[in-house]
Amino acid sequence: MNRYPWWKYAILVIALLVGLVYTLPNLFGEAPAVQVSSGKATLKVDANTVSRVEQVLSQAGIKPDFVQLDGQSVKARLTDTDVQLKAKDALQRTLNPDPADPSYIVALNLLSRSPAWLASLHALPMYLGLDLRGGVHFLMQVDMKAALGRKIESVAGDVRSLLREKNVRHAGISRQADGLEVRFRDAATLTAAQTLLRDQLPDLDWVAAEAGAEPKLVGTLKPQAARAVQEAALKQNITTLHNRVNELGTYEPVIQQQGADRVVVQLPGVQDTARAKDIIGRTATLEVRLVDESGEAQAAVAGTGPVPFGTERYAERGGAPLIVKREVILTGENLTDAQAGFDSQTQEPAVHLTLDAKGARIFRDVTRENVGKRMAILLFEKGRGEVVTAPVIRSEIGGGRVQISGRMTTVEASDTALLLRAGSLAAPMEIIEERTIGPSLGADNIAKGFNSVIWGFAAVGAFMCAYYLLFGVFSTLALALNLLLLVALLSMLQTTLTLPGIAAIALTLGMAIDANVLINERVREELRAGASPQAAIHAGYERAWGTILDSNITTLIAGVALLAFGSGPVRGFAVVHCLGILTSMFSAVLFSRGLVNLWYGRQKKLKSVSIGQVWKPAAEPAGKA
Amino acid sequence: MEFFRIRRDIPFMRHALVFNIISFVTFAAAVFFLVTRGLHLSIEFTGGTVAEVAYAQPADLAKVRTTVDALGLGDVQVQNFGTSRDVLIRVPLREGVAQSEVVGRLFGALCKAESGAVETRSATTEKGESVTRQACVASGAEPLALQRSEFVGPQVGRELAVDGAKALAFVIVGIMIYLAMRFEWKFSVAAIIANLHDVIIILGFFAFFQWEFSLSVLAAVLAVLGYSVNESVVIFDRIREAFRKFRKLTTAQVIDHAITSTISRTVITHGSTQIMVLAMLLFGGPTLHYFALALTIGILFGIYSSVFVAAAIAMWLGVKREDLIKGGGKESDPNDPNAGAVV
Repeated sequence: MNRYPWWKYAILVIALLVGLVYTLPNLFGEAPAVQVSSGKATLKVDANTVSRVEQVLSQAGIKPDFVQLDGQSVKARLTDTDVQLKAKDALQRTLNPDPADPSYIVALNLLSRSPAWLASLHALPMYLGLDLRGGVHFLMQVDMKAALGRKIESVAGDVRSLLREKNVRHAGISRQADGLEVRFRDAATLTAAQTLLRDQLPDLDWVAAEAGAEPKLVGTLKPQAARAVQEAALKQNITTLHNRVNELGTYEPVIQQQGADRVVVQLPGVQDTARAKDIIGRTATLEVRLVDESGEAQAAVAGTGPVPFGTERYAERGGAPLIVKREVILTGENLTDAQAGFDSQTQEPAVHLTLDAKGARIFRDVTRENVGKRMAILLFEKGRGEVVTAPVIRSEIGGGRVQISGRMTTVEASDTALLLRAGSLAAPMEIIEERTIGPSLGADNIAKGFNSVIWGFAAVGAFMCAYYLLFGVFSTLALALNLLLLVALLSMLQTTLTLPGIAAIALTLGMAIDANVLINERVREELRAGASPQAAIHAGYERAWGTILDSNITTLIAGVALLAFGSGPVRGFAVVHCLGILTSMFSAVLFSRGLVNLWYGRQKKLKSVSIGQVWKPAAEPAGKA
Repeated sequence: MEFFRIRRDIPFMRHALVFNIISFVTFAAAVFFLVTRGLHLSIEFTGGTVAEVAYAQPADLAKVRTTVDALGLGDVQVQNFGTSRDVLIRVPLREGVAQSEVVGRLFGALCKAESGAVETRSATTEKGESVTRQACVASGAEPLALQRSEFVGPQVGRELAVDGAKALAFVIVGIMIYLAMRFEWKFSVAAIIANLHDVIIILGFFAFFQWEFSLSVLAAVLAVLGYSVNESVVIFDRIREAFRKFRKLTTAQVIDHAITSTISRTVITHGSTQIMVLAMLLFGGPTLHYFALALTIGILFGIYSSVFVAAAIAMWLGVKREDLIKGGGKESDPNDPNAGAVV
């Protein structure tokens, strides 16, 4: 009765092999590597880049382990750090002939040392969390109100041009808290406008409001449209962050959405929070608007009058105030490229912008209609706007090529270009959580976590072997398989291992032994009651199973709760905890039973089993209790 | 080896009242300290800034304190962390102070106090990772280095506290539903009361000693809750089995039998888990210290509460043979290990 059919053994062997293969990559450690990625949006890294990198390295007399295309970058694994630095210099020199305008980003990196056949099975090492490798972590909150505000602002522009186009006269458009208000002189135009706006701008709900003397049309953003705006804003912000971080060649950054309006940024290896914040915290956006040069505006500049309705006051670089219309002609969204350079006439440092088709068309129209007037190019950084330059429009500018110049240094020009090139944020972001972990602390944490697991495991194993003898050995082997499967599963899922995760591994092992204790105690009990060894093994496993299931389910309930409601370190703990419970059910019951069956199952006339001393009350002389 | 050589069932239930009084007194004390002292919540819950600074020499805490106080950041805590060279500085949230700049200011001030200057250092680790950091340099040496810093905004902290409460509620309700399905409502009520009293006692310890209650401690508390309910489950399983097997025993005798026959397993299992936790306590360093400590208290009180408290409460609630035999016997659940155990 204690025999497994062959297929059950096959499952156990397969589990063991899969566990070994996927655990293996974690043991190889990491080797230095060089990573080449694109420095420009127009430049794609592909198979040609791979051969180019190979060529450069062989010219420099460097033999890499391999050169491979990995997503958006080419990685070359090298033998040691000296070679790595040499390779970086060689690539830097050859791939970027002009250091001021790099086409490629060459960065130092680490790659797993595990052999290629493992990688081809997708057996990759676990990803270490920041607390184990050091780095910076930011949680950023996206200002969704600003994103919605911007959307309404742009709809206001659309309404204005739509009504003008269709010759519907309105008495003014004003922005409300969460929508627009369009006033009319009579009810007839209102109805006409309502039909038109409902038809053309379906993102808003247009409702006629009869309050007061003049008829009004109130437009509010529909919930699904608002959601779409928010999703788009978040997506754009993430893309922008990616671009900015990539531009600086940081090693394996993590940029992820968290919740509806948050973004997590993790930069391993970066210890300088100030610089990291500088990279990602910039909320620079570009806007092109017209300058108001009316008499009222002049008075406002001079400080003798209020700022006219529909305009705002900004300082020009250099200090002089300027009154700029609120209406935004173009934003950074319409920008495809920005390069630092020099003005061809004045030799002043300048930024050359290239606009997309829509932007180019709008820019051409606006410049044609406003020849002789001034146009302001504003840069919003950290919530503050600044007029970079406000040139006079001399003629229509077509073709989508624009130049910004004016009171900039070369460094400022290249900074501005980098900022604009990396894209603009759809909505400003604020850092609401920040964590920095030093690299030595990370290594320390790995050692501490590792020691806890190893020593705990050794102590539990030693105790089990001493107390339950051969059954204890089986239990310890089952516990070892549990550890193996857990690590393999974590590697397979590519979860991030953190210190709480390691703690969860230790705790799960400590709890998993419970199943084997239950089984062994049951077997002893059956023996005590006088069952034959084979029957005792059978009954022990069968009866313990229900209890094991019950107890694991209650533990799993707690694990799932942590997974559902936890965040950050708790999540890392919960993932490992839940997976560990599942693997422990497999290894503690099926695997240890398999071992027992293999050892004892074939012996028909089994006299005794090695499960430690089984004490029987009857055998003890009376009166000693 | 056999640790437990128990001849007769130990009459645990005869002393049930004593156990319940002990439980109640510890529980009341825990609640008292929770109310009067409150939990020392980590900045993860309250919001604020934490910086861990490693000095080359044993740190002069008084000097660090005066330096930090001079910055006017409010009620700042300065204490050793792990060794005498590591210092942990906690800065609470304060209106008008830009939290995201606190760490930079702290580090600058501390560096100045050691007559050093902050500069950006770029280095390549032996693994080949390029690392840039702010280093404090005084005459060629680095008197202190920033090991770790953390800043949590107020909204994050509030959310974490709410999520923690939600998780706790989810665990309680989930376990109760499961136990009510598997056994009977009296057992589920008994198990939850017994184990919640564990949770309160762990929290009481944290309040009494003013140990820092962080997210990982919360994780430990919830893990322990799920784990020590196991214990009750194992005993309840045995109670059900004993009700079927020994038709002549009274309820108290059945419970005594169940506890006696599982006591060996209870102690060995908890001992094994405690060995693991002890390894964490010894080798895990300060980061895992409170996590392991919460687990230790939870495991120790878990044995006590699930053995002595849960069964006793079930008895007070009036568990009868009919409750279980009716529920478990008729179904003849194929997965039920005890289905065949009826003699």
